[in-house]
Amino acid sequence: MTDQDQHISAKLTFRHGVHPEEYKELSASAPIERMPFVDLYTLPLNQHIGAPSKPIVRVGQYVRRGEMIAEPGGFVSVGLHSPVDGTVTAIDLFDHPNGQMSPAIQIKIDPFSTQQLPKPNLPPVEEMTYPEFINQVQRAGIVGMGGAAFPAHVKFSIPEGKSCRYMMLNGCECEPFLTCDHRVMLEYSDALLDGTRILYQFTRGEKVYIAIEANKPDAIQKLKAAVGQTDLPLEVVPLQVKYPQGAEKMMITAILGEEVPTQKLPLDVGTMVSNVGTIAALSDYFRLGKPLIERVITVTGTAVRRPANLLVPIGTPMRQVVEYCGGITDPNPRILLGGPMMGMVQKNLDVPVIKGTSGILILTEQEVRDLDTYSCIRCGRCLDACPLFLNPARMGLLAKNGLWDEMEEYNVMDCFECASCSYVCPSNIPLVQSFRVAKSIIREKKARNKNV
Amino acid sequence: MADTTKTIISTSPFLHDQATTPRIMWEVVFSMVPVLLAGFYYFGISAVLVTVVTVLACLGTEWVFAGDKRTILDGSALITGILLAFTLPPGFPLWMAFVGGVAAIGMGKIIWGGLGQNVFNPALVGRAFLQAAFPTAITTWELPDGRYLEARGANLALPFFKDNTVDAISAATPLAKMKFDHALTPWWDLLTGNTSGCIGETSAGLLLLLGLYLVARRLINWRIPLAMALTVVILTSALYFSAPQQYPPPHFMLLAGGFMIGAVFMATDLVTSPLTPKGVWIYSIGIGILIVVIRVWGGLPEGVMYAILMMNAATPLINKFTKTRVYGH
Repeated sequence: MTDQDQHISAKLTFRHGVHPEEYKELSASAPIERMPFVDLYTLPLNQHIGAPSKPIVRVGQYVRRGEMIAEPGGFVSVGLHSPVDGTVTAIDLFDHPNGQMSPAIQIKIDPFSTQQLPKPNLPPVEEMTYPEFINQVQRAGIVGMGGAAFPAHVKFSIPEGKSCRYMMLNGCECEPFLTCDHRVMLEYSDALLDGTRILYQFTRGEKVYIAIEANKPDAIQKLKAAVGQTDLPLEVVPLQVKYPQGAEKMMITAILGEEVPTQKLPLDVGTMVSNVGTIAALSDYFRLGKPLIERVITVTGTAVRRPANLLVPIGTPMRQVVEYCGGITDPNPRILLGGPMMGMVQKNLDVPVIKGTSGILILTEQEVRDLDTYSCIRCGRCLDACPLFLNPARMGLLAKNGLWDEMEEYNVMDCFECASCSYVCPSNIPLVQSFRVAKSIIREKKARNKNV
Repeated sequence: MADTTKTIISTSPFLHDQATTPRIMWEVVFSMVPVLLAGFYYFGISAVLVTVVTVLACLGTEWVFAGDKRTILDGSALITGILLAFTLPPGFPLWMAFVGGVAAIGMGKIIWGGLGQNVFNPALVGRAFLQAAFPTAITTWELPDGRYLEARGANLALPFFKDNTVDAISAATPLAKMKFDHALTPWWDLLTGNTSGCIGETSAGLLLLLGLYLVARRLINWRIPLAMALTVVILTSALYFSAPQQYPPPHFMLLAGGFMIGAVFMATDLVTSPLTPKGVWIYSIGIGILIVVIRVWGGLPEGVMYAILMMNAATPLINKFTKTRVYGH
């Protein structure tokens, strides 16, 4: 590709959306560091969407690093593995990052172990059948690493009658502050391409796109160079820097110019979307025998002393991760899991890093102070921001009056809570916040009606 | 290590765009300053006096009646006051201007439930009230005459006394000259504002520049002035080229009277214009049609105010019937 082509293709995007300040410079140039081992690991059984994993170890049992300690609890469920050589000290309720207490396995590290991974004993992936591959991915405990933590093997299973024409690797990372996908693409590009080859062997299809926002030129260059060395139908696609470019639907629309019909999945338009970290994890498992026992996270924010990208064993207490990054500089920080647009507020740090943790963001009290709220002046900025062309102004008014059924008519259920509307609202009306409430109320109502 | 137990819980997003409602309002206020300066240049201290009085009336009414919903500092009542003054003749009695300001905020905004709830543009509600209450005073015009420090016309008339202070020399506006005498005002005078008319409406060229500025700053919806202008030009061209002796030329319709101030500052009011792009087109084209109909066939020389108020009334309906096409549907 010539420079001119690159310039043109970086114009690819969806319509609407917003441009928040990026704040990526805090951690974008920090190479991935390995977080040192700690004493105690807590591994919740429900780190993914779907049924919790079922423990297969007892208290007091010695487990090896990478050994399965809980098996999948159903098809939409994955295995769970010990991140270290150590002893199971408890199987009990522990604080989960989602704010609840939930069953987890606690493992105390063996201080005398070298923490070497056992030699892999898998047959070569090239000789596997599709079902065997799916089964292995499930056993490996691999989930979507973009934040949703949906079991990867379910996504990789193509239902009868559908085909995967396009595979898309999502390296957009459109959330401000986060840089873990960026670093993965730069530093683990070999694993990324190898994982792509493994998956492509089964899914086939016409084209594999690696979608990267144009604000990561080093990753674009690096992968473009690497792509030239492979025989796969790969293409690196720079996308315009715009939030929420990394949302599945927005990325598909940007690249293919097609919309994913409401309530349908990417596969309904022949597309399979995976986060770059998820694909790299495939290579780790099938080549090195390393299941999903660690992941790259970004620890960043204006209130953390040393922003960093860390390779953290799953189950490491967040407090120790933050301490490793020099601790917090603000007396009343606000801690978020994920980015500032969609991230969840974390009330304390005494919870473990789990498979869906993409970042720990620590902001100062000053930055997150509540803004004054005014009446809606019907400026329409939220309509111009919504990537789904919803009418947030109208829905906000309906939500205020508890008119949930009317909100459904305005398609509130399509909203994927990107928060662009709340971001632009000059009156600071809690739009997306009220849509989250509305969605759960409508869902509950439907569930109740079904049971009657 | 900080104690994290004090951490306040709320939900994302934790980033916010720079624009806030008061900031938007204040930016609009600043954009109106050049119009006021032009008003002062042509009509002297009278322009300032009327503006000060309507602004005080609007802020005062908001303060007294709005209770908890009072929003003095957000600039919106200030905008209403200034806009109302811009639509009044420079020689308008100040006490009437005060009444207009009270009506604008009281009837145009507060009884609807305050900022964001009103259906009609508050400044135009105030003006419509004055037009009904004081039809003679509001159609008594002054020519620009370079008297800067002299209150003109009936500015200082006392409430409810027959006004004998000044011999009102009513100077017909370009629109009235056209309507009643079929006399065309030179386009250069219309562009610069060197004609009789309301305080803020005469300098079409200045208003055009400010309109471009507001569009560039994304403070007004570009579709509204554009669609209004296109509609008026198309309709009046058809009339003018079929019977040039009978109808005004299109450029005159754009530059004379309240079209420019209406298109830039009145019809674009965020609260009272539709939300969806499709709705905005319908609304703006509707205003354009009504302006032509009233000006050409109506009894009044000017129709911008009523055209906008009528389409304001239609806005809730337009909003209802112009739903956006949702992604994936």
